[in-house]
Amino acid sequence: MNLSNYRPSKDKISTYLPLGSFLIIISFLDILINTFFNLNITSFLSQKISYFFPLAIGFIGFYLIRIEFSGVKFLDKLNKNINSNNFNALLTLLILFIIIKSILPILNWFFFEANFVGNSKEDCTGNGACWVFVKVWFNRFMYGLYPDVEQWRVNAAFILLFGLVGIAFFVPQKIKKYFLIFLIFVYPFIGIKLLSGGSFGLTYVETAAWGGLSLTFIISAFAILFCFPIGVILALGRRSSLPAIRYISVGFIELWRGVPLITVLFMAAVMFPMFLPDGTFIDKLIRVLIAITLFEAAYMAEVVRGGLQALPKGQYEAAKSLGMGYWRMNALIILPQALKLVIPGIANTLLALVKDTPLIFVVGLMELAGMIGLAKTNPKWLGMAMEGYVFAGLVFWVICYAMSRYSQNLEKKLSTER
Amino acid sequence: MNFKQFISANKKPSILIPQAITVIALISVIIYFATNAQINMGNRGISFGFGFLNQEASFDIAFSLIEFDGSYSYGRAFLVGLLNTVLVSVIGIFFATIIGVIVGVSRLSDNYLIAKAAEWYVEIFRNIPLILQIFFWYFAALRALPSPENAINFYDISYLTIKGWYIPKFIWTNFNIFCYSIIAACISIYFFLKYAKKQREEFGRILPTVTISILILILFPLISFFLLGVSLSFSYPELKQLSATSYTYANGVSIIPELMALALALSMYTATFIAENVRAGVLGVGKGQKEAAASIGLNKGQILKLVVMPQALRIIIPPTTNQYLNLTKNSSLAAAIAYPDMVLVFAKTALMQTGRAIEIISITMLTYLSLSIAISLFMNWYNKKMAIKEK
Repeated sequence: MNLSNYRPSKDKISTYLPLGSFLIIISFLDILINTFFNLNITSFLSQKISYFFPLAIGFIGFYLIRIEFSGVKFLDKLNKNINSNNFNALLTLLILFIIIKSILPILNWFFFEANFVGNSKEDCTGNGACWVFVKVWFNRFMYGLYPDVEQWRVNAAFILLFGLVGIAFFVPQKIKKYFLIFLIFVYPFIGIKLLSGGSFGLTYVETAAWGGLSLTFIISAFAILFCFPIGVILALGRRSSLPAIRYISVGFIELWRGVPLITVLFMAAVMFPMFLPDGTFIDKLIRVLIAITLFEAAYMAEVVRGGLQALPKGQYEAAKSLGMGYWRMNALIILPQALKLVIPGIANTLLALVKDTPLIFVVGLMELAGMIGLAKTNPKWLGMAMEGYVFAGLVFWVICYAMSRYSQNLEKKLSTER
Repeated sequence: MNFKQFISANKKPSILIPQAITVIALISVIIYFATNAQINMGNRGISFGFGFLNQEASFDIAFSLIEFDGSYSYGRAFLVGLLNTVLVSVIGIFFATIIGVIVGVSRLSDNYLIAKAAEWYVEIFRNIPLILQIFFWYFAALRALPSPENAINFYDISYLTIKGWYIPKFIWTNFNIFCYSIIAACISIYFFLKYAKKQREEFGRILPTVTISILILILFPLISFFLLGVSLSFSYPELKQLSATSYTYANGVSIIPELMALALALSMYTATFIAENVRAGVLGVGKGQKEAAASIGLNKGQILKLVVMPQALRIIIPPTTNQYLNLTKNSSLAAAIAYPDMVLVFAKTALMQTGRAIEIISITMLTYLSLSIAISLFMNWYNKKMAIKEK
């Protein structure tokens, strides 16, 4: 008997295709009924065989429909993408089964058995998530301990910021410049005044009360604003021909890059006050901001240095032959080109900065993750860690995913331009 | 260049002045900080010095690889923290590499579902802050484990509970001889590989290097077991009642939940970056290379081993070493969940007790810094060695 006669091939498609599809359908039916109706249709088999039954049947089914050049468009596509050989068929089955098996408990926990109404832990009676927890604490998660009646100020500061950035995108090139200058040099002071108050009839809100997601944004915004120019200067310093400046820059960059952020924050919190004259007190938030800014500036410097190194020597020589000095050459010729080269790298550094902000909990400031830590230890809301961290994870994921997508698009756009 | 030449080469004011200003500014800032620090420390009645490292620590550490209790010194506490950092980093690097390579290769799979699943793994775990992942595993996922009396039982050998994961303890006799046998195996593999390379390059003879290396690695320890008196036995964890409602497992080794959560989060997070490196490395080897190798008659395994891997590794290893370094630095997040690593034991507990902020933070930062510098020196050496030698 020659087995190869029975191999699935095009001339036997009318027998193999229905048979294979039938077996695959049976295997998926078995799994689906098992998960959704809790009914084992193969219970007449012994337990172990019944467990692997859908896998085996599905595998045979996939083998039977693996017909090369069948002429059926859909089948060819299917075979090429998920059923190109035995190993792939097995992996396909496994991954589909895992998805089917896990999707129901996850959906149940998220939606079907979750609790959305109520305002205390006792209202959560189902087996699923207790989203009441997030609902009740939502205000705190967003604004920290900022007083309720003053929260419009946080909103106003952010609306102003996003409004300005949005307008700056659409106005003509000539006015754009002034918008940017306003954003970088004037807006930060307006923002700080609006948030902390103390004059113009605004009540004073101490920085210890700032928190929640808004603090994440505040820290990210300020750190981004300051770490960028410092990073550029450090990068230029590292490429400088003056040895003293070069060595200081290298030392500074490598010092920050060599230690974890958490020790830098510890340093800002406990060691830095020792270096100040007795009696001076710098606000904790400012100390932390300085620490994060310097830390990220070192990473930024390395990214910018990559751009500087990538520029051909001719650019420097051309600028010099036009009689430009060091600063004019860098500002007008070198940096605009170098920075454009490393925009994706800059975006990645900023992404890392946003992901690093939750670390400020070590010095007692509470942004989103910190507020959740506070809420879950509240005696009325014990046992809500899962809901809290899943919520925070989702929020951060949306922010970071959007950022990384944007930087990837930018990367693609720039790489085609060149 | 000696000092005189240096000075004369830099005599021009446009070169000298900016440097002088920078150096003077830096020095004056340092002097300003140093005098302030001296005054502040004087006011608090402490003097700068590292003598406190020999003082009795008088605190306990929950998890330690070497013997430690309150009667040991702060120096010993630092060592315990350092070893715990190394432990979690090694575990994290091991699993991150395995997961990362699997996910990276899966992303290139021609199976659409596998490629997509791997892509989503990367997108999900890379874009959630590591600290949140650690919190999630520690406060949410591992807290859902059962208590010791209802432990998840793995064949009566190991038990997973909310208090930790209990695994059998290894009891060695003549452990040092076993270690020597491993070292001897490694040395002989090294010489064998050298010999095989010579054979290949001079006579074109290809030896089954992988098989023989594995054989040597198995054979040497086996000899030590049967001939040199090494033996290994296990002490299995057993359920033990502490009080009416409280149970624990005795006789085994307990892996504390802090370590599990940290290792899980670190390896799953870092794996996403390693996966991207692996993918970039394999994609970085041009298609022409594979086609050329196939056209001179190499089979699929040989193409992978002799043509694709050496070139891909050249792209993969430098950024991956960087990720290992990042993982080690990120292990300092242990302080958030009370895993007694260097930062928690030394920069938090010891600092709180002694109040010696400057000394302790400096030691901690210097330790990390020297690690980074060591790794970047290694990287420079490696890059030089691996750089394509153009003829």
